[in-house]
Amino acid sequence: MPTATSLPRSRMRFTLGECLAAAARGVAFAGLMLAGLGLLVVIVAAVFFTALGAAVLIVGNGGPRDQRVLLALLAIGTGLGLARFALPAALLGVRRLAHLTRHLAGDWCGVPISERYVPQPEGKLTFTGRLRWLATDPATWGDLWWTVANMFVCILAVASAGIIATGLIGFIGPEFTRLIPPPAFPGNTPRTLAVLGVAITMAGIAAAPLLLRGYGLLARKLLAPAGQAELAQRVRHLTQTRTEALDTGAAEIRRIERDLHDGAQARLVAMGMTLDAAGQIVESNPDAARALVFEARDASVKALAELRALVRGIHPPVLADRGLADAIRALALDTPARINLASELNARPPAPVESAAYFAVSELLANVSKHAEARQTWVDIRHTDGMLRIGVTDNGHGGAEPARGTGLRGIERRLAAFDGVLAISSPPGGPTAVTMEIPCALSSPKTSSC
Amino acid sequence: MRVVIAEDLFLLRDGLTRMLQAHGLQIAAAVDNGADLLAAVTADQPDVAIVDVRLPPTFTDEGIRAALAARREVPGLPVLVLSQYVEQLYARELMASGSGGIGYLLKDRVFDSGQFVDAVRRVAAGGTAMDPEVIARLLARNTGDGTLAALSPREREVLALMAEGRSNAAIAQRLVITERAVAKHTASIFLKLGLQPSDDDNRRVLAVLAYLGG
Repeated sequence: MPTATSLPRSRMRFTLGECLAAAARGVAFAGLMLAGLGLLVVIVAAVFFTALGAAVLIVGNGGPRDQRVLLALLAIGTGLGLARFALPAALLGVRRLAHLTRHLAGDWCGVPISERYVPQPEGKLTFTGRLRWLATDPATWGDLWWTVANMFVCILAVASAGIIATGLIGFIGPEFTRLIPPPAFPGNTPRTLAVLGVAITMAGIAAAPLLLRGYGLLARKLLAPAGQAELAQRVRHLTQTRTEALDTGAAEIRRIERDLHDGAQARLVAMGMTLDAAGQIVESNPDAARALVFEARDASVKALAELRALVRGIHPPVLADRGLADAIRALALDTPARINLASELNARPPAPVESAAYFAVSELLANVSKHAEARQTWVDIRHTDGMLRIGVTDNGHGGAEPARGTGLRGIERRLAAFDGVLAISSPPGGPTAVTMEIPCALSSPKTSSC
Repeated sequence: MRVVIAEDLFLLRDGLTRMLQAHGLQIAAAVDNGADLLAAVTADQPDVAIVDVRLPPTFTDEGIRAALAARREVPGLPVLVLSQYVEQLYARELMASGSGGIGYLLKDRVFDSGQFVDAVRRVAAGGTAMDPEVIARLLARNTGDGTLAALSPREREVLALMAEGRSNAAIAQRLVITERAVAKHTASIFLKLGLQPSDDDNRRVLAVLAYLGG
């Protein structure tokens, strides 16, 4: 019996449709492999021609010297030209294919493969900048190695299609057409051929899902990031998110200081002065003094209103009081859009996570009312498998650009400090669905007492 | 009129007590936590309870919960909740907590003692006192879908004051118009919003709040 912790056993029974799909997907993987080979040829050619030219130039002899030099320069020119115009694109292509393979391995083979690429540096990249980014990422080299190895590994993926084709064409085919010679072995009567052909075809079909899964497992061995690279990536990620978190915190504090200084503090000073003036004239001109006192009172109301707004921006009281679900409910009541909230939280995430999640949802809802022209918005909060998952979906016109408004980038950055991620799907015409995931534990349900 | 006050900050509790006494109200008890509030409302049977939202031990929404508990304990008990901030969510919870006057005001409103005491009396009499900020946000939320656009600016002012729980007389005084003019405005508002007109002030508030909150 599998224990609760063991992975679910992969299925051993498949429908005919699934088997045929597996065979076809194996062929599709082979297509990816061939595309990778094409790119590999470009990369190798760039290196090869340059090296060949250099070698001819340096150690070459024989033949007229002029011709030799011309030939060498021609080779170097071809090599460098390829490098200049095709190398980054080819490397990127190799990475894209590897990325696609990882993705499909999860979808088709049931073997999800994680990936760790160094993110593209901000801004417009020069040729050398792009090449440096690609060449210094260990994942690029891993993907190149995969492209080479895939030539052999891919046999596993196409094996089922090959067996099926052998059965159909090699054994059953001769029955119908003379173009295909029957296989020559003793006792190859049409009858035995037909039986063998059907058996081979069936075997190929039946084996397809298993072979495909085997391909996926091998691909994972070769394509999953190495431990070292993973750690390096993790350190890089932590360093970056820590810096960003500190920067954001510092900027927040500066903003609060400025708001206090220009707002409540200034008003208190003015109030003090007004009250002082009232004190000076209270005997001589009681009516004017009374007016000043009321003026001071009104200033205190304004100061309080400003402090309230400030506090709401730092940490909304309802969030502190009631937690995420009620805070979003309160937010929904202040928004013109119709918002449906479904929450399955029965305990509270840690306060910093709660706060980040709240402001992320708040920003998303603001985006919806600003851009999406949605009639309805659904917010869905749940906590499963140690992960706080929040979905914000609207039926607006979609087309939210994931690469990206600063708003979405900002949310991503804030979530990244908690290893949280954001995914967005927003086809033109809608709907827009944003999903956020933040790993966290929940506290035990809050026991309320008066 | 007898009042129970629950406010944990001594200065505010003391200030409230003195202000209400100065206006001729009688303070039956002034306590600093939710449990004592429950004891006081059952023992003293006050005409109204004034409760701060933040009370010990958690200093979160203790006051709201205490107010709701007090109303379960003493059905129909008029409760006025004071807070440094107002939330529609809490306003709704209070409105949904059964019969009896309900008030929900920012603490700043005590600066205008005349208006504040008026609100206390209104709540004690079974009426409503919603903070203008709650109403402003309710109105802002409803401006998008067009129905409120049919109202004239004056009618929108009257609607806001009505939603706060004020009587025609109070609205007339506030806007410096005659009561007849207010009545005309309210009739027009109810017609435009498709609401059932009502002479009862409180039922009128509930209808307006339900309309805006829907």
